[in-house]
Amino acid sequence: MALLEIKNLNVRFKTNDGAVHAVNNVDLSVDAGEPLGIVGESGSGKSQLSFAIMGLLAQNGQATGSVTFDGQEILNAPPKVLNRIRAEKIAMIFQDPMTSLNPYMRVSDQMAEVLTLHKGLSRRDALAESVAMLDAVKIPDAKGRVRLYPHEFSGGMRQRVMIAMALLCRPKLLIADEPTTALDVTVQAQIMTLLADLQREFGMAMILITHDLGVVAGACERVAVMYGGRIRELGPVGPLFREPAHPYTQGLLAAIPRVDQNDDELAAIPGSPPNMSHPPPGCAFEPRCTYRRDGCAQQRPALEYFTADRARACFAPLRMFRQAAKPLCCQILMPPQKR
Amino acid sequence: MQSLASTMVEHEVKGRSPWADARKRFVRNKAAMFGLCILIFVVLFAIFGNWIAVWSNEELDFNVMGQVATMGQPSIENGHYFGTDDLGRDLFSRTVQGTQISLMVGVVGAAIAVIAGTLYGATAGYIGGRTDQLMMRAVDILMSIPYMFVLILLLVMFGRSIAMLFLGIGLISWLDMSRIVRGQTLSLKNREFIEAARATGVSTWKIIIRHIVPNLLGVVAVYATLLVPLMILTESFISFLGLGVQEPLTSWGALISEGSKTMAYGTLWQLAFPLFFFVITLFGFFFVGDGLRDALDPKER
Amino acid sequence: MFAYILRRLAVAIPTLLLLIIFSFILMHLAPGGPFSQERALPPQVLANLNAKYGLDEPLWRQIWNYVYGIVVHFDFGPSFVYPDRTVNDLIASGFPVTLTYGTLAFVAAIMVGVSLGVVAAIWHNTWLDYLAVGISIGAQVLPNFVMAPILVLIFTLWYRMLPGGGWSFNDPSFWVMPIIALATSYMASIARITRSSMLEVLGSNHIRTARAKGIPEHRVILRHALKPAMLPVISYLGPVFVSMITGSVVIDMYFSTGGIGKAFVDSALNRDYAVMMGITILVGTLTILFNLVVDILYAWIDPKIRY
Repeated sequence: MALLEIKNLNVRFKTNDGAVHAVNNVDLSVDAGEPLGIVGESGSGKSQLSFAIMGLLAQNGQATGSVTFDGQEILNAPPKVLNRIRAEKIAMIFQDPMTSLNPYMRVSDQMAEVLTLHKGLSRRDALAESVAMLDAVKIPDAKGRVRLYPHEFSGGMRQRVMIAMALLCRPKLLIADEPTTALDVTVQAQIMTLLADLQREFGMAMILITHDLGVVAGACERVAVMYGGRIRELGPVGPLFREPAHPYTQGLLAAIPRVDQNDDELAAIPGSPPNMSHPPPGCAFEPRCTYRRDGCAQQRPALEYFTADRARACFAPLRMFRQAAKPLCCQILMPPQKR
Repeated sequence: MQSLASTMVEHEVKGRSPWADARKRFVRNKAAMFGLCILIFVVLFAIFGNWIAVWSNEELDFNVMGQVATMGQPSIENGHYFGTDDLGRDLFSRTVQGTQISLMVGVVGAAIAVIAGTLYGATAGYIGGRTDQLMMRAVDILMSIPYMFVLILLLVMFGRSIAMLFLGIGLISWLDMSRIVRGQTLSLKNREFIEAARATGVSTWKIIIRHIVPNLLGVVAVYATLLVPLMILTESFISFLGLGVQEPLTSWGALISEGSKTMAYGTLWQLAFPLFFFVITLFGFFFVGDGLRDALDPKER
Repeated sequence: MFAYILRRLAVAIPTLLLLIIFSFILMHLAPGGPFSQERALPPQVLANLNAKYGLDEPLWRQIWNYVYGIVVHFDFGPSFVYPDRTVNDLIASGFPVTLTYGTLAFVAAIMVGVSLGVVAAIWHNTWLDYLAVGISIGAQVLPNFVMAPILVLIFTLWYRMLPGGGWSFNDPSFWVMPIIALATSYMASIARITRSSMLEVLGSNHIRTARAKGIPEHRVILRHALKPAMLPVISYLGPVFVSMITGSVVIDMYFSTGGIGKAFVDSALNRDYAVMMGITILVGTLTILFNLVVDILYAWIDPKIRY
């Protein structure tokens, strides 16, 4: 049985401009110890999906469907139940380590509180344990720096603190929501290596949410590609990247600048992500799709398995993807506007 | 690619100008529209109230003199819609007069504060560096002066004229404005269009007046709306103490003061009517100010 | 921290001196001398009076004497209207009263305002929130000079529960109305500020982290949200302090509590510049000292502030 089982998950936000459909009909499962990647542009609903799992949606957000962890339903569970799951079973690290740590509390207090609360440790033991964990994430002089405030750490070090804090209770599942986006490029690689190492070392499952395909390729076994709040393609990293079966995945892959190829002609996936307060009746990617045909705008393709472990949501025949000698010309993915 | 481009254009969300957007949000805000209605009502009352009034604000009604508590009650029949004051003067026309003066003090005082504060803050923020530090240090120092005491000191020393009141109230309230404007200017200063103006050799003063100040309009509008009730409060406070506008002129503060002194004799209307106008006007300005702020500076979208 | 306090003091002291000199020059600029207003005095008497109060000396000398008197002896000089009373006497008789109800009103405004704001933010968009917002909006248009008559009307004239004026240090029933009248509108402002800053903090990333750590909500609020949410409130305390001292003038007038506000208005009506200046300078000093306390408090809460 899967460790985490998501069934027909929907997330809606009530706003003044009407309901925003952030996540739609998502089915996904994560096995124990398995690293899974979720990729997509900002606004594709991947972060909201993770917040929904943790019960951390903003007040105007409403999640429906089912999320079970170890067989226990946790979606919209009462706070008491959720608080026993959070940090103990499922831990989370966030995008921006500058603001995600409490700037008004010492790192020692922020870390120790997790252990005193969940494990009933004394303050002293909790502090010792925290220092050990800071050592494990390779923070130099952890003992000396544990009493500092977050702003006294550099960005990369802060993210290490976040990771250490998340791992304190040895969770079975770690959700990492764009853990490297806010960091310097040189630091990004270090943090990703660290995360991948720790994931194996602790034997925990991981959901890695990112828009960086390279990151997923290095750290994950399976990947789900999201667009417009839906999963568009799902499969093992290798085959999916070698032979994408969805035009969006293809576009994403093509948008990675490559050193070994001539980058003179660069083309992004043209257009911008759909407006999720008025989702189109058909495929949300249709306006930007090079394979679109009659009917794509009216009918929505369902996520269907075409091999034992690969699934996709697209009407275009598979052979078209095999024929595409070279994907669309490369360009940097345009950062889409937030609405 | 050509067809794709045309498809994209169709799908693009239609852009709205920020001002139209703000107006839409403001009109949709029920509290703000309610506040606006109140303010319109009060302004109409101040302008046209005298047309309805039967008595002037100076006439003494000898029928009620000496027995105000029993004869001076609000009544349609004898034309004293709001009753009379302690001397037998018509409270309706007195309230109209008080409303005129209080609104005027509020608006003029706020205008002085806005102009002084905007120019000072924009200058400090735009020039920056040592000048900015010096100018803002001066504001800090002025801020720690108990301004109401100084204002009363000024009024006593230089005579309690209404012009002095306008000036004093206005000149004392520009400090907050200058701070807010300075902050906004600092963030505006490094934007491309300012740099473009600088690069083409536009003079500093021209940039401040032509480029910085117009872009501060949103913030200034919000703050000005919230400043008017503060000016009204200040004036009423001083007039309540008997140090503000002098007879035969009057204002809400002076009327409330009179009403509160005589209410023990059972002439409650003398307190109630001025108080009513005072309170609803403050409500109106606060609602409109909050509405403007939400409309012009939406945090959640 | 100590160096920080010293540095702040280094700014505060010149500010105070400026305030003193500024008020003195103002007084000097006032049309006519302090004795030339009401009735015409014989020139000889006027000269004598001027000599007695040192008004015939050059301006810089007068300023020096005045500043020296205040700084070294804490002596604000004699009253111009009541020759047998010094400004110090007037202040000493009124100040304890003002201090008593002022402090209590200040504390009450903060405690009620903060609680109201926190409750409204926690139960955002529920009837509790609407109630708290309603109260604070309503209270905001009730400044001290409006609250005072309304309170007297209700509690003295209608229900005869509380004395309508006067002061006694032994009988708290005299304190109730001054405190409520003074505190109400500031309580409302504090509640509004607390609510909006609490809402902002509760929506911030580090609170999301705290929740993701499985910390119970009440602990999230008390340990993680309250401190940062208090920062805007603390910076608002300076203005509240000034406004409350100012408001005490109305309280002293309306409730005849006999605080320094009464002395101030009396001296304003009598053109007793010496008393007015003395009180203005005293209030200015208190304001500057209080702002210093606020800054220290702020620096203590926010670790990012460098001393």
